[in-house]
Amino acid sequence: MDGPTLSVLERKTLLEMHEIEKSFPGVKALQGVSFKVRHGEVHGLVGENGAGKSTLMKILSGAYTADGGEIRLDGETITAPTPSDMIARGVAVIYQELAQAEHLSVAENLFMNRMPRGAFGRIDWRKLHHDAADAMMRLGFEIDPHLPISRLSVAQRQLVEIARAISQNAKLIVLDEPSAVLGDAELETLFDIIARLKAEGVSFIYISHRLKEIFELCQVATVLRDGKLIDSRQVRDWTTDTLIGSMVGRSIEDYFPARNADPGDEVLHVEGLTRKGIIRDIGFTLRKGEILGICGLAGAGRSEVLRAIMGADPIDAGTIRVHGSETKITHPRQAIQLHIGFAPEDRKTEGLFLNQAIRFNVTISRMKRFMRNGKLKLNEERKAVEGLVQQLRVKTPGIETMIGTLSGGNQQKCVIAKQLNAECDVLLIDEPTRGVDVGARREIYELMVDLVERRGLAVLMVSSELPEIIGMCDRILVMREGEITAELPRGASEEDIMRYATFH
Amino acid sequence: MASIDTDQQKKSGRLGFRMPKGLGLVWVLIGLCIVAALLSPAFLNPINLTNVMRQVALFGVVSVGMTFVILTKGIDLSVGSIIGVCAVTCALLFGMGLPVGVVMLLTLLAGVLMGAANGLGVAIGGVPPFIMTLGMMVMGRGLALTLADGQPISLGQRTRDFMWLGRGDFLGLPVPVWVFLIVAAIAIFVLRYTAYGRQIYAVGSNVEAARLSGINVKMVTFSVYLISGFLASLTALIFVSRLTVGEPTAGEGIELEAIAIAVIGGTSLFGGEGGVIGTIIGAAILAVLANIMNLIGVSPFTQQIVKGAIIVIAVLYEMWSKRRANK
Repeated sequence: MDGPTLSVLERKTLLEMHEIEKSFPGVKALQGVSFKVRHGEVHGLVGENGAGKSTLMKILSGAYTADGGEIRLDGETITAPTPSDMIARGVAVIYQELAQAEHLSVAENLFMNRMPRGAFGRIDWRKLHHDAADAMMRLGFEIDPHLPISRLSVAQRQLVEIARAISQNAKLIVLDEPSAVLGDAELETLFDIIARLKAEGVSFIYISHRLKEIFELCQVATVLRDGKLIDSRQVRDWTTDTLIGSMVGRSIEDYFPARNADPGDEVLHVEGLTRKGIIRDIGFTLRKGEILGICGLAGAGRSEVLRAIMGADPIDAGTIRVHGSETKITHPRQAIQLHIGFAPEDRKTEGLFLNQAIRFNVTISRMKRFMRNGKLKLNEERKAVEGLVQQLRVKTPGIETMIGTLSGGNQQKCVIAKQLNAECDVLLIDEPTRGVDVGARREIYELMVDLVERRGLAVLMVSSELPEIIGMCDRILVMREGEITAELPRGASEEDIMRYATFH
Repeated sequence: MASIDTDQQKKSGRLGFRMPKGLGLVWVLIGLCIVAALLSPAFLNPINLTNVMRQVALFGVVSVGMTFVILTKGIDLSVGSIIGVCAVTCALLFGMGLPVGVVMLLTLLAGVLMGAANGLGVAIGGVPPFIMTLGMMVMGRGLALTLADGQPISLGQRTRDFMWLGRGDFLGLPVPVWVFLIVAAIAIFVLRYTAYGRQIYAVGSNVEAARLSGINVKMVTFSVYLISGFLASLTALIFVSRLTVGEPTAGEGIELEAIAIAVIGGTSLFGGEGGVIGTIIGAAILAVLANIMNLIGVSPFTQQIVKGAIIVIAVLYEMWSKRRANK
C-alpha cells in the first residue's frame, strides 16, 4: 500500500459480490445482488430498513452463509467463508452494536485472540500496551490503551474498532450506520480518518440513511431495495431525488390502502410523560378510529413512549387518561386490563413465545374469557382462536402450529390477533412491518385500517420507515432527542418530517 | 375454514397436553419392561413390581415439583436438603409428643418455607436459580445435621397411624403410589386447564414477552419454588414413615434423580416445554432401569455411570430433535 502504486490500485477491483442469494423462512432477503468495491474507494450502501443491507454485510463477514452466489477478493473466489477467514483476508465489519468485551481494556480488545506471548504462553503485557499505544498513535487517536472499554464514549469505541481492523491489516472496512450513534463533531473526526485511510488504499463500505453523508464521503453509491440491487452509480451521477426515488421505488398512493379517517371520542390522553434522560414532556391525544404515528431518528425515544404508556418501563412524571379517567399504569398487566394492547418492535425477543403454539400466543394475555369455575375451556379457546386466525387470514396449517415456524407477516397477524383476543381498543404498535416480507406488508396495512375503521380501535404506531408513516397515519408526531418537536397533519412530506427530526 | 386443516402433527407447539415425545417414551418404557422380563423372571413378580412402583412414587413426587421449576427455566438443587431438614423436623416433632396431624402440617410448612426462601431469592433478589438453590442445598443439609446432631432420630412406637403413609396399602396399591397419582393428577390439571399453568410455560418460554403480556413474572417464579419445596417435604413424610427414622442425610442426591427424571420425560432445561405426563413416564423408566440392573446384579457404581449417561443422552436427543425441527 505504498504511495506510488496507489493510482493503479485505485482502478483495481478489491471485492466482488456476485449474484448473492439469501432466504430466511418466509422471506427472500437477497435476490441476485452483485456489486463491486475498488481499492481505495468509499462505497455508499443505501436502502430502507429491511432492504437487505445488513444481511448482505453479514454474508460478506462470513456470519451468514449465502444460499447462492460468489464472493471474490482480489479476483480470488472464496468458498464457504467463516468470520475468522474473512478477517484474515482483510475484511472487517464494524456493526452498530459493537461486539466488544466491555470490562477489558482498549489494548486487550485491540489484540483479542492474538495477544503477544512471552515464556510459557504468558501474556506479554508490556508489549501489548506498547503495541496498542503504537497502533493508536499511527492513526492519530488519543485514547489511553489502559482504559476499560466501558469508560469510552460510543465514538471512541468506533475508533477502537477501526484501529483493531487496521492493525489486522484490513483492506476493506464496513461501517454500519456509524452516524446513527455519533454526534456531529465525532462524525467529522471519523470522516477525516476515513479520508486518510482511503488515501493509503483502504476501501470502505459505508452504510447510512443520511444521503448528505453519502454525497460528502463516497465515490460510488449502491441502492438496495426489497433484497434486490436497484442501481449502482458514481456519486456524481446521482442526485438526491434519483437516490430517494431508487430507495423508495414506488409511489405511496398505490402502496397504502385508502383511508377514510373519522376520528371519534378521545380514548387515550397523555400529558407531561417523562422518563429522565430518555423522554421528556410527551403529550398527545388519541381518538377512536384514528391512526397516530410517531417518527424520528433511531434513539429519539419513540419506542420508549409506547413502553412508558404500557407500564413496561417506569416513568418519572406524567399523567395518562384512558377513556377520560386518569390512571396509573405501573405494570403491563394494568394496561391490558384497561384494554391497551402492545405489539413490540422485536417480536422474537419481546412479542412472541416462539416455541409455543399459535393458540398459546394468542390467548396468553387474556384467558378469562375461556375460564369456567377456574377451568380453562379448551374447546371455547380453540374456537375463538380459529375464528381470529381465519378473520385475520393467518396462513398456517392450524392453531397448534408453533408460532416460530410462521413467516414474519403471519407472526405479526398473530400478535394483532392477541390484542383482539384481549379486547383492546387502543393498539400501540412498534414497527408494524419490521421483518415482514414486502408482499405481506400491504396485508398488515389493510389489517390496521380495518382495525380503526371497522373495529373502532385507535392505533398509535411507531415506524422508522417514513413512507409507512406518511401513507398510514392521520396525524404524525415527530420526535427528536426524547421530545416531540412537531405534530404534522396527513399529507406531510418526508422533507417536512426530516426537518423536525434532525437538528437545524 | 380454508386456512385450517387438521393434519398438523409435525409442527405442533409443545404444551404439556400435546406430548409428541411422550408417546415415544411410552414405547421406551414398554420396551424396557419386556427386556427386564426377559433378563430376569423375577421382574414380573408382584412383589418386585410393587417395589418398582414405590420407587416411582417416591422420586415421582419430588420430580413433579422439579418439572414446574424447570418449566420456568429454573432449577432446584435444594430438594434433597429440604427432604433432609423435613425428615429431621418430623422426627423431632414426634419426639415432642405432638399429634400426627400437627407433626405432618408443621413438617410440610418447613418445606414450604424453604421453598419460599428459594423463591424470594430468585424472583425478588434476582439470584440465578442455580446459585440460590445450591446455597440452599448446602445450608439445608447443614441445618438438618445440626438439628439432628448428626444422628438418625428414631420415631419410636407411638406412630402406627403415621406409618400407614409409607407402608400401608389401599385398594391393592401402596399408599405412596396413591399420593403420587393424586399429586400428578393435580399437576397435570393445573398445567393444562388453568391460566396459572399457561403462565408457567410463558415465563419459561420468554420472560420479557411474558411480562409484556401482563403476567406477574415474579409471582409465578416465586410460586414454582414454593411448590417444589412443598412436594419435597411431602416426599420427606413418606420417607420417614417408611423407615421410621428421621435421617439428616435423607434425600441426598435426589435432586439429580429428579432433574434426570424431568429431562428424560421431555421437559426442556431451556424452559417452556414439557410436562408432568412425561415426568411420570420418566420416573418409571428410571425406576425400571434401576430395577433391571439390581436384578441382574450390576454393581451400584456401574449403575451411576449408566444413569449419568442417560441424562446426557436425553438432552442430546432433545437438542438433536430441535435442530431437526428448525431445519
